[in-house]
Amino acid sequence: MNKYTISGSPHVHSTENTQKIMYRVILALVPALLVAIYYFGWYALRLTIVSVAACMLTEWLIQKFLVKGPLTINDGSAALTGLLLAFNVPANLPIWMVIAGSVFAIGVGKMAFGGLGKNPFNPALVGRVFMLVSFPTAMTTWPQAQPFFDKGFFADAVTGPTPLGILKESGVGTLAEMGDMQFLDMVLGNRGGAFGEVCAIALILGAIYLLCRKVIEIVTPLTILLTVFIFTGICHLINPTQFIAPWYHLIYGGLILGAFFMATDMVTSPMTIRGKILFGFGIGVITVVIRLWGAYPEGVSFAILIMNALTPLINKAFKPYVFGVVKPSKK
Amino acid sequence: MNPIKTFTKGGVHPEENKLSAHMPIQDFPMPKQLIVPLGQCLGAPADCIVKKGDRVLTGQLIGTAKGFVSANVHSPATGTVAKVDVVMDHTGYYKPAVFIDREEQDEWAEGILVTDELLTDIKLDGKAIIDKVKECGIVGMGGATFPTHVKLMVPEGKKAEYVIINAAECEPYLTCDFRLLLEKTQEFLMGVKIVMKAVGTDKGIIGIEANKMEAIELLDKTINEHKDLYSGIEVQPLKTKYPQGGEKQLIKAVTGREVPSGKLPIETGCVVVNVASTYAIYEAIQKNKPLIERVVTVTGKSVKHPSNFRVRFGVPADLLIEAAGGLPDDITDVINGGPMMGKSVSVTSFPVMKGTSGILLMTLHEAQDRRVTNCIRCGRCAIACPMGLQPFLLHKVAKHNDFDETEKNHIMDCIECGSCEFTCPANIPLLDYIRYGKAKTGAIIRARNQK
Repeated sequence: MNKYTISGSPHVHSTENTQKIMYRVILALVPALLVAIYYFGWYALRLTIVSVAACMLTEWLIQKFLVKGPLTINDGSAALTGLLLAFNVPANLPIWMVIAGSVFAIGVGKMAFGGLGKNPFNPALVGRVFMLVSFPTAMTTWPQAQPFFDKGFFADAVTGPTPLGILKESGVGTLAEMGDMQFLDMVLGNRGGAFGEVCAIALILGAIYLLCRKVIEIVTPLTILLTVFIFTGICHLINPTQFIAPWYHLIYGGLILGAFFMATDMVTSPMTIRGKILFGFGIGVITVVIRLWGAYPEGVSFAILIMNALTPLINKAFKPYVFGVVKPSKK
Repeated sequence: MNPIKTFTKGGVHPEENKLSAHMPIQDFPMPKQLIVPLGQCLGAPADCIVKKGDRVLTGQLIGTAKGFVSANVHSPATGTVAKVDVVMDHTGYYKPAVFIDREEQDEWAEGILVTDELLTDIKLDGKAIIDKVKECGIVGMGGATFPTHVKLMVPEGKKAEYVIINAAECEPYLTCDFRLLLEKTQEFLMGVKIVMKAVGTDKGIIGIEANKMEAIELLDKTINEHKDLYSGIEVQPLKTKYPQGGEKQLIKAVTGREVPSGKLPIETGCVVVNVASTYAIYEAIQKNKPLIERVVTVTGKSVKHPSNFRVRFGVPADLLIEAAGGLPDDITDVINGGPMMGKSVSVTSFPVMKGTSGILLMTLHEAQDRRVTNCIRCGRCAIACPMGLQPFLLHKVAKHNDFDETEKNHIMDCIECGSCEFTCPANIPLLDYIRYGKAKTGAIIRARNQK
C-alpha cells in the first residue's frame, strides 16, 4: 500500500546548499591567491597549501576520533578557513607556525563549539590572533611584494614594513617618502603585507562575484568601508599632517579582505539588515580607533572578533519586522 | 494594463513548471462508482442524509453542513447509494463517504438549470446570494477549503471595500485556475460581479501573476468590450513570486494594506475569493448548480500528457493519472495540490474533492530527501519569510518544546508557505518543526482562552 514517500510540504527545494556557498567563496578568493603567488612566489603557495591541508586534517581528525559524528570535511568550510588563515599571515612565516595556527583555528575556534554553524567567532581570525599573540615578531615581519619575473619563483623574501606600520611608527611624511602613497601600486598589491590582503582589485573582483551569486550581501562591507572612510576622513580634515587621507585607509591593510570575506561570514554576523549595519559600523569604528590610536598598526581582525562577540546581542535586539504587527510589543 | 505590483516582504521564486498551461480543460469521463467524502471542507464533515439503496440525482443534497464552519455535500452523479462507509482520503485517514453506483445518464435534481448560455442578470440580493452559496456547498477551492459563505458574511461594523479575486496561482505546476480564466472568462467575470454584490461593494480586483499574460490580456479585453456588464472590475498583474497568492500577501500587493497579526482580512476591508470558487458561485447563483465538479491539473515532469480535467467529485485520483498517460516508473512522491503547500499522499486511490487543485507526480530527483547539515545562520529563511518571522529560531525553540518562545516569536502568524525550507542551504526541515510548534502553541493558546 504505502508506496510513496510521505513528507511535509514544501516538496521542492532550491538547489542551494552549504557546500556550494563555501566553494563559491573559495572560488572568489582565487584571483587574490594568484596575485599573491605573483608577488610572493613559492612562499605564498606553500603557505596556502599547508594551511588548507592542516585545517582540513584537524577537522577530519576531530570528527573521526573525538566527535565520532558524521564527517563533513567535504563541505568546504574547513578549506575556506585554511585559505583565509593563510591570507592573513606574512608569506615567509615558518611552516610550523601556520600549522599551529590552523589547529587552533579549527580545534578551538570551530570544533570546540560544535563545528560548522556553532562557532561564535570567525575561526580564521581566531587562528590569526592566536598566532599574532604567540609569535609577535614573526607575525609582524612582513615580506615585500616582488613580482616573480623580477626575482624568480623561489626568491628569498625581502622583508620590510607595511604602509600601516610605517604610518604608526613614523607618520604620513615618511610614508610619502618611501613611495607607499602610489595609489595605483597600492591597489594592485605591490606593497608589503599579509599576502592575501595586498591586492584590492583581485579581492573586489571576487567580492563582485559573490554579490552576484548572492552569497554575501553588500550591507555589511559597505557599512564598514563607509564608516572607515568617513571616520578617517574627518580626522584627515582636522589634521592632514597627522592623519592620512581616507582612501588610503580603505586599501591599506586587510580592510577589503576583512570587510568582504570575513565580516560577511554568515555564521558569525547578524541576520537582519539593521543588525548588519550596526555590526559593520562597529567594525569600522573599532578598526579606525586601533589604527589611529591603538598599539597595533592594523585592527581589522580585532574589530571583527569584537563585533562577532556582540552578534548574538545584536540578533536579539534587531529582529525582523513582523507582517501585520504595527508596533513591536514591549514587555 | 495596470503596472505590476507585488508584496514587499520575503518570497522565493521556485521553477514555475506550468507544463499543462496550454492543455484545454477536458471533461473527465465518470467511472461506474463514485466515492464522495462527506468532509470536503476545512470545518466539520457534513451529516449524511441518504442511506443504502436510495436513488440520488445529480446535484441532490446528500450531506448537510454541521455547524457554522461546514459545507453541504451534493451528489455528483445520478445513481444508487451502494453504501455509506469510509474511504482513505488524501490525508491518509479513513473518512466517512457515500459510495454511489452511477447510472449512464445524468438526471439533474430539480431547479438546476443545465445550459451553457451566459446568464448576465443577477436576480438575487446580497443576503440571498450568501444563502445560496451556503446551500450549494461552495468552499475555497485553492486548497484550504474554507466555506465561502462564511467569508462573504461581512461582520457587524465592518465594511467590505474590495473584492479581491485570487488568480495568482503562485504554486508551481498548477494551471487549473489559468485554464478556467481562459475558457470561462465571461462566467468568471459574472462571478466576480456576484461576489461584489454579495458583500456590497462596487470594486473588484483580480490579482494575477504576470506569468499568465494571456489571461491578463483576455480579461482586460473582455472587461473593455463589455463595460456595462463588468464595471468596477480591474485586473491587477502581480510579480511572479511565491507566495503571491497567500491571502495576506495578495491583499498587501493589491491594496498596500496589511492584515493585522491574528486578525481576518476583513479588517483591511478586503474579501478574497479564489478563481474556481468564483466560477462555482456564478454557477450556483445563475444556474442553481451546487458544487459537484472542479478543474484538476494532473502534472509532473515525467508525466506523458500533463492535463487539466473537469472532474466530478468522488472520482479516484488514479483514474486521472491513468488518463494523463499513466504513472511513470520514476515517481516517488504523489502530491495532492502544488509542490509548495500540497500534501503528499501514500496511495493514489484517494477521491477528488473540492480542494483537489492538482495531482502532482514527482520524481526522486526532484523530491529527494537531501542531507540535513548544520544551520550556518545565513539568515536566508528570515529573508525569504513573507511574514517577517525568524524560521531558524522558531525551528530551534519548537524542537526544544519551548512554547513560550514560539508564541513570543509570532509562530501563529506563520502561513506555512514553505519559503523558508525551500531556501535553506542546510536542508533543515524548518516547516515541519514550525508546524509542530504551531499546533502545540495553538492548543496552549486555546486552552488559556477558555479559562
